[in-house]
Amino acid sequence: MEKSTFEAKVGLAEMLKGGVIMDVMNVEQAKIAEAAGACAVMALERVPAIIRRDGGVARASDPAMIKAIQAEVSIPVMAKCRIGHFMEARILEALEVDFIDESEVLTPADEAFHIEKHDFKVPFVCGCTDLGEALRRIGEGAAMLRTKGEAGTGNIVEGVRHLRTVHGHIRKLTRMPKEELMTEAKNLGAPYELVVQVAREGKLPVPNFAAGGIATPADAALCMALGAESVFVGSGIFLSSDPERRARAIVEAVTYWEDPKKLAEISTGLGEAMAGTEMGKLGEDEKLAKRGW
Amino acid sequence: MKRVGVLALQGGWAAHLRALRDVGCEPVEVRRAEQIDALDGLILPGGESTTHLLLIERFGLRPALDAFVASGRPVLCTCAGLILAAKAVHHPDQDSFGWLDVDVARNAWGRQVHSFEAHADGADLPLLFIRAPRIERVGPDVEITARFEGEPVMVRQGNVVGASFHPELTPDRRVHRALFG
Repeated sequence: MEKSTFEAKVGLAEMLKGGVIMDVMNVEQAKIAEAAGACAVMALERVPAIIRRDGGVARASDPAMIKAIQAEVSIPVMAKCRIGHFMEARILEALEVDFIDESEVLTPADEAFHIEKHDFKVPFVCGCTDLGEALRRIGEGAAMLRTKGEAGTGNIVEGVRHLRTVHGHIRKLTRMPKEELMTEAKNLGAPYELVVQVAREGKLPVPNFAAGGIATPADAALCMALGAESVFVGSGIFLSSDPERRARAIVEAVTYWEDPKKLAEISTGLGEAMAGTEMGKLGEDEKLAKRGW
Repeated sequence: MKRVGVLALQGGWAAHLRALRDVGCEPVEVRRAEQIDALDGLILPGGESTTHLLLIERFGLRPALDAFVASGRPVLCTCAGLILAAKAVHHPDQDSFGWLDVDVARNAWGRQVHSFEAHADGADLPLLFIRAPRIERVGPDVEITARFEGEPVMVRQGNVVGASFHPELTPDRRVHRALFG
């Protein structure tokens, strides 16, 4: 028996496809998410919009709240650690969370290096804004990716930009003759072997979900149409006026994203979405997607 | 060419589509009840069984699924699919469809850090278990077709096969070929 192989890690990411991973801040929210059909929950003390509002250093969650959520739901429980903070990651691994998100939403602990993720038994998901960043994270051992978008804004524009950037670059690689791939790997800052693999297969070696700014069923369906294999929803559910209904609707929209008639039914009468932020109102130093190297 | 549907509400359906192509079938992504009766075979994939149950219920797929199973055409249920097909489900208790006379416990090998790869007892069939369920009781009419460390991991009752592992995620195509090839 071989435990925690890379195949087993990517296997869990495969099983999360077409499902919605919801940020939850307590046991009650985790139960609402599970009952609404979430395929996993992300346990964190403050959703990104609240981290933005409060400021200060955002760290990994208190083990007590993670354990309380693990005890109450049967679906996978994920948690976030700071970029490069491998001791927070070791603690989360000791808690047996099902996935660790090495996340730009928390304050980075290392401004040069990410965690060496092959060393861990628990699988990791990491954010990306372009193909080079995606392949660097896979090179370090990430079993799943998510395009970053701009977390906590309720604005899908950055998520769309990152999805189009990653998938546009994949399409470009598939048309390149083999002799151009080494220079392309240099330009991308990505491992050559992974560049060759993506050029050959026309897709990333691990599942890629969308995150950052998803606030409506239509936002989720848009991400699916742009090539995301599923979505993370952070502030968009529990900062809306009716989290239960909105959570359910986003789950349904990810399954039926190709059916606009169903989407119209799903989107009806959900109450107020979270208040959003226009990108022009964010200072450059307030953009979380810039964190990651 | 056989047309085999994979329930594509959530989870690991994409890998089953590839496996079906490998054994010469035409795979069909199934999301609507009216697609089901025209199929030659059906797969309930892995994923989160709680999510699958909710979507099957909400979008009215259950009667068409039950009718398909009753028609005698081959059905493969992997991981979360096995949980849906079981007679009783524990850890925690939840609803299921009773197509296979077995009881299962969810996530019974432990959380993701305990997910593992192995081979079936006395055979070279590769087994990949991901937060897998355990088959705790097997009824008299159920045949055990694969075991790991003595425990049943694949069972068959009439036209329905249930596996607690993921044959779609390893390169071995014998499970798909035996049912749909």
